[in-house]
Amino acid sequence: MKLEFPILQIVDENGNLVNENYRKAITEELVKKFYYHMIRIRTFDRKAISLQRQGRLGTYAPFEGQEASQVGSALALEKDDWLFPTYRDHGAALTFGAGMSRIFLYWNGRLEGCVPEKGKKIFPPAVPIATQIPHAAGAALAEKRKGTKNAAIAYFGDGATSEGDFHEGLNFASVFKAPVVYFNQNNRFAISVPIEKQMNSETIAQKALAYNMPGFRIDGNDIFAVYFQVLEALKFARHGGGSTLIEAVTWRYGAHTTSDDPTKYRDQSESEVIRETRDPLLRVERYMKSNGIWKEEWVQKITNEIAAEVEQAVKEMENYPKPNVNDLFDHVFEKPTWTISQQKEQYLQLIGREAR
Amino acid sequence: MMIEKAIVNSTKTNQLTLVQAVTDGLRTMLEEDERVLVLGEDVGKNGGVFRATEGLQKQFGEDRVIDTPLSEAGIVGTSIGLAVNGFKPVVEIQFLGFIYPAYEQIMTHVSRIRMRTMGSFTVPMVIRAPYGAGIRAPEIHSDSVEALFTHMPGIKVVCPSSAYDAKGLLIAAIEDPDPVLFMESMRIYRASREAVPEGKYTVEIGKGKKLQDGNDVTLIAWGAMVSVALRAAEQAKKQGITCDVIDLRTLYPIDKDIITESVQKTGRAVIVHEAHQTGGLGNDIISIINDTSFLYLKSPIERVTGFDVPVPFFSLEEQYLPTPERVMKAIEKVVHF
Repeated sequence: MKLEFPILQIVDENGNLVNENYRKAITEELVKKFYYHMIRIRTFDRKAISLQRQGRLGTYAPFEGQEASQVGSALALEKDDWLFPTYRDHGAALTFGAGMSRIFLYWNGRLEGCVPEKGKKIFPPAVPIATQIPHAAGAALAEKRKGTKNAAIAYFGDGATSEGDFHEGLNFASVFKAPVVYFNQNNRFAISVPIEKQMNSETIAQKALAYNMPGFRIDGNDIFAVYFQVLEALKFARHGGGSTLIEAVTWRYGAHTTSDDPTKYRDQSESEVIRETRDPLLRVERYMKSNGIWKEEWVQKITNEIAAEVEQAVKEMENYPKPNVNDLFDHVFEKPTWTISQQKEQYLQLIGREAR
Repeated sequence: MMIEKAIVNSTKTNQLTLVQAVTDGLRTMLEEDERVLVLGEDVGKNGGVFRATEGLQKQFGEDRVIDTPLSEAGIVGTSIGLAVNGFKPVVEIQFLGFIYPAYEQIMTHVSRIRMRTMGSFTVPMVIRAPYGAGIRAPEIHSDSVEALFTHMPGIKVVCPSSAYDAKGLLIAAIEDPDPVLFMESMRIYRASREAVPEGKYTVEIGKGKKLQDGNDVTLIAWGAMVSVALRAAEQAKKQGITCDVIDLRTLYPIDKDIITESVQKTGRAVIVHEAHQTGGLGNDIISIINDTSFLYLKSPIERVTGFDVPVPFFSLEEQYLPTPERVMKAIEKVVHF
């Protein structure tokens, strides 16, 4: 089959602008914003792994290596758009305005972790695979019916494209011309299963053809490509064009989750090579250096600020009031049914007695 | 007889079948609340395979009564997005036996988004599904799997047996802030007509209904099995055995009080359902009786149910389904224990 979806790049591995069309749109401010958010979510990610190792956080799904995909896509959103993340997309959620301590709380098994900041349309992370894909179609369809210009972005991995919900969701979005950006991060492994065993298609982007929607394959480690491609897809969505499928080709350096050992299924030296050559942060650093906008003092300043922010968020998470047993029962229905009320009452009596 | 708590705004009534009452309920709510949308396979131009949405697309337009792709997970999944973003989707799954592709969406999202987000996002959605055997339908079309959903925390399950209740419960389900599975028995869709008030009224979710008073045995049924129980009660009467007959109407949360009150009076109970016995809802009813009325019992509780076999091809469905004769045997057993 002819490869019809070449990988689009705007800035290459060495930090060189390779698509002149974007020269004017790339401001110093934008580049610094890219770098700031990528280093911010990387710092968060590393802290989360460290906390998990110390037993201060539950199982955690790291995303290091995918920062360009998550930051670039989230920065392209407008504040009233919808974000449908998976369990690996808290980098995108953070960039879009999710509270950092709430993300920590989520990974510490707290319901409060799924409560979005006021006015933020961030859906709780999808843990089953691909189920969020039709949700985004529905939420976006609702925006369209309300006559707004708001759109939705749905995140998913390469493994998700094998699920029925991926195809059902894309089909719905296509039939109803829902304003959605379907943003795939193809990190080439679904836990241990490589993309070659996941599908017999050349690309994920080509699956857009089946739904008659635009499909693009981009360098997911090139934040410039991610940002501008998502921006364009959102514009297309807001103006009645419908959905777009974007495949961002990227790589997770580490494990699927902290419970997993990637050396069992792949040669981790590849991660090291990618880290040295195609790292998303390094690429922006190289771009900044060759464009004379890299300033050590600024980098030091934001690094310190971010470290303080992360420490503060950890503190907030750890000082958060203890889980309230009422929350086990009180949010299943608006008004608890008698079975839940009875079970709650009996259980509270039991632990009350034991406490005495 | 139980006093109906329904609020009826209109005194004018129409003689409707159960399926017509469903249509009437949908029409009433589409008129009343512009957030209400009807979605499903063939619900538009075709008016649904059972005509439950007949005329609604013509009246309310293609963007409120929406023909969807043939995709149960897509219908429910997309409706979750609509529901969390301000709409009230009333989804039709063509047959309950075809709901399984949507089960993941219902189990992992519809039923728990409120809990997961502590109420930040909610899913006020109704899933309507025709169910049950007895109409010589092709295989898989006749399943009765309410227990898969009564076991699922976070969703209410409703199953009317009369036209009046169907409309009132459907409106209550649409107005409910939480998801409701609304089961419609195909076998009784057009079995009879009764007076259904025009306009809006509700029947409270979670309340059963006493259809007949007796002293010796409590019969508990829902959906198509209600008429089976009533016919058995008629037979029993000829032997001098009188039965309380309870139409449960809501399968989760079950009306504990109506069961308790009756069983404490009769001391005997027979539960009739067409779903399989093991893991069936009858077992939960026995548990309720056990918890509330153990010392009032004069005999073990009997269940007359479908067997622990897949709902068969229709040539065997009359053998599969509970009959008045099987219920009568159970009544005799509990009375002569």
